[in-house]
Amino acid sequence: MTRLLLVAAALLILALPAIADNYVLRVATTMLMYSALALGWNFIGGFAGYPSFATAAFFGLGAYASGVLQTKGLPMVAAWLLAGAIAALFAAALGRAILHLRGHYFAIASLVVAEVLREVTNSATDLTGGGMGLNLPVLSADVTTQARLFYYATFVVAATALATAALVARDRLGFGLRCIQQNEDAAIVLGINTRRYKVVAFTLSAVFPGLCGAIYASWVNYIDPTDVYDVLLSVKPIVMVLLGGAGTVLGAVYGAFLFLLMEELVWRNLLEFHAGLLGIIVVCLVLFLPHGLRGGGWAFWRGRMGEAAP
Amino acid sequence: MSAMLRLVNVFRRFGGLVAVNDISFELRAGEIVGLIGPNGAGKTTLVNLITGVHRPGGGEIWYGRERIDRLSPDRIARRGIARTFQIVQPFPHMTVLENVAGGALFAGGAPTIREAKDRAMEHLEFTGLSALAERPASALTLANRKRLELAKSLATNPRLLLLDEVNAGLNAAEIDAALDLTRMIAERGITILLIEHMMKVVLTVTSRVLVLHHGELIADDTPGTVTRDPRVIEAYLGPKFATRYGSAAP
Repeated sequence: MTRLLLVAAALLILALPAIADNYVLRVATTMLMYSALALGWNFIGGFAGYPSFATAAFFGLGAYASGVLQTKGLPMVAAWLLAGAIAALFAAALGRAILHLRGHYFAIASLVVAEVLREVTNSATDLTGGGMGLNLPVLSADVTTQARLFYYATFVVAATALATAALVARDRLGFGLRCIQQNEDAAIVLGINTRRYKVVAFTLSAVFPGLCGAIYASWVNYIDPTDVYDVLLSVKPIVMVLLGGAGTVLGAVYGAFLFLLMEELVWRNLLEFHAGLLGIIVVCLVLFLPHGLRGGGWAFWRGRMGEAAP
Repeated sequence: MSAMLRLVNVFRRFGGLVAVNDISFELRAGEIVGLIGPNGAGKTTLVNLITGVHRPGGGEIWYGRERIDRLSPDRIARRGIARTFQIVQPFPHMTVLENVAGGALFAGGAPTIREAKDRAMEHLEFTGLSALAERPASALTLANRKRLELAKSLATNPRLLLLDEVNAGLNAAEIDAALDLTRMIAERGITILLIEHMMKVVLTVTSRVLVLHHGELIADDTPGTVTRDPRVIEAYLGPKFATRYGSAAP
């Protein structure tokens, strides 16, 4: 059933450019990008249970790596791939430094990373243009072709992220990460090299946001530090995964879809208070739906009803 | 018989507290050895040193021909030293079967998750938990959680098993069952270090007892001799009682 649904969804996604206008295509590209970000965060935040706020750092790093490489004359797709690799290497090194921290301490440490990178980007004016931002080479193709190109590119990233998540979930890597998430001390005693497992999960959580950032930079043609290192880029994927169910493979995708729906339908009518609403949603999710809308998401309510019943 | 585990002048301090002071002993293959001592004697610290959670400040720990006091805990687990925790440490949202399969998969050398689950089932049968295999670990009673701890550590395919107060918090009947299980594990050829608070428990199953007091090893002998040792009595009951008991004893 799930498989059939997936095939149908994939067909719809592939056929969408032929049947939809550029606005729908743009929303759909954002949706795919959100999915890739959420699927990325799910590796470290969902499977391993480490609340990472570093997604914005990886996204921004990917965007700037892609931008700088392209202004140096590298072809676009090569720059994207290299940017993804740079984000991954950065995460692997950073992970070794901060993954021994647990809980809130790890969250804070990962939160600062984007701030540090933002300041570095700001001061490296020669390379990045600093606060002035960075203009990317403009593609010599018409608007519709460009829209389709970025749509398909984002689709490839999201699909790869989904396939990776499905593989990891079945593999000993996923098993080990779930053990770490539930009880790290016990995981060590079972012989799990927790440090290596966490670094792998953190690296996976960087590759896909890094690639998204790289594509995003080419898509919008102009990036600046405040835009690509925006803390909301770290928070949104967490909300999506919590909506869909942390540690599940498809939860991140459902969450991304629901989130974008809310963002498009509700939030543009709440210009003054949309960040406030985001906060309220996070609080409600954590308190009432700790397992998301899927996977026994209503257990809390059932539990409440059960207690109330005689 | 050669030593399976050998501690040589092991020392560890935490700040100003010397938790383990200059301890040397050997465990031989196939033995059940008790490790007793009053609260805060350093028993759990000693376990943490052997399993690599803490590193000794001085001294050496040998496992067979390999020195292990610089290895990481996960490596030591894969070498064949398993432990249970004083406070049980299950993976609460996994099934009982998955909990045990983890041990078989990572330290136990099972090549696939399927194979790990097959092996886990055998350990569940051995520990009497097979009826609860598909329950989440968080749903178990304390006695069964202690059994789960045992099953998990057996699944890592250990040669040496450190049991840290597996009987604490159990009632008399449950303790008897747990001791039977301990004997059955030893019959499989697994060396056991039984860390206990209650002396009575240790005396019934062990062939040798180590007594820790204030981080020092004050006795290493058969259970019968150890219980008559005035220093051990003093450590447990205070000097006054030891003098009185000593003079009254034949």
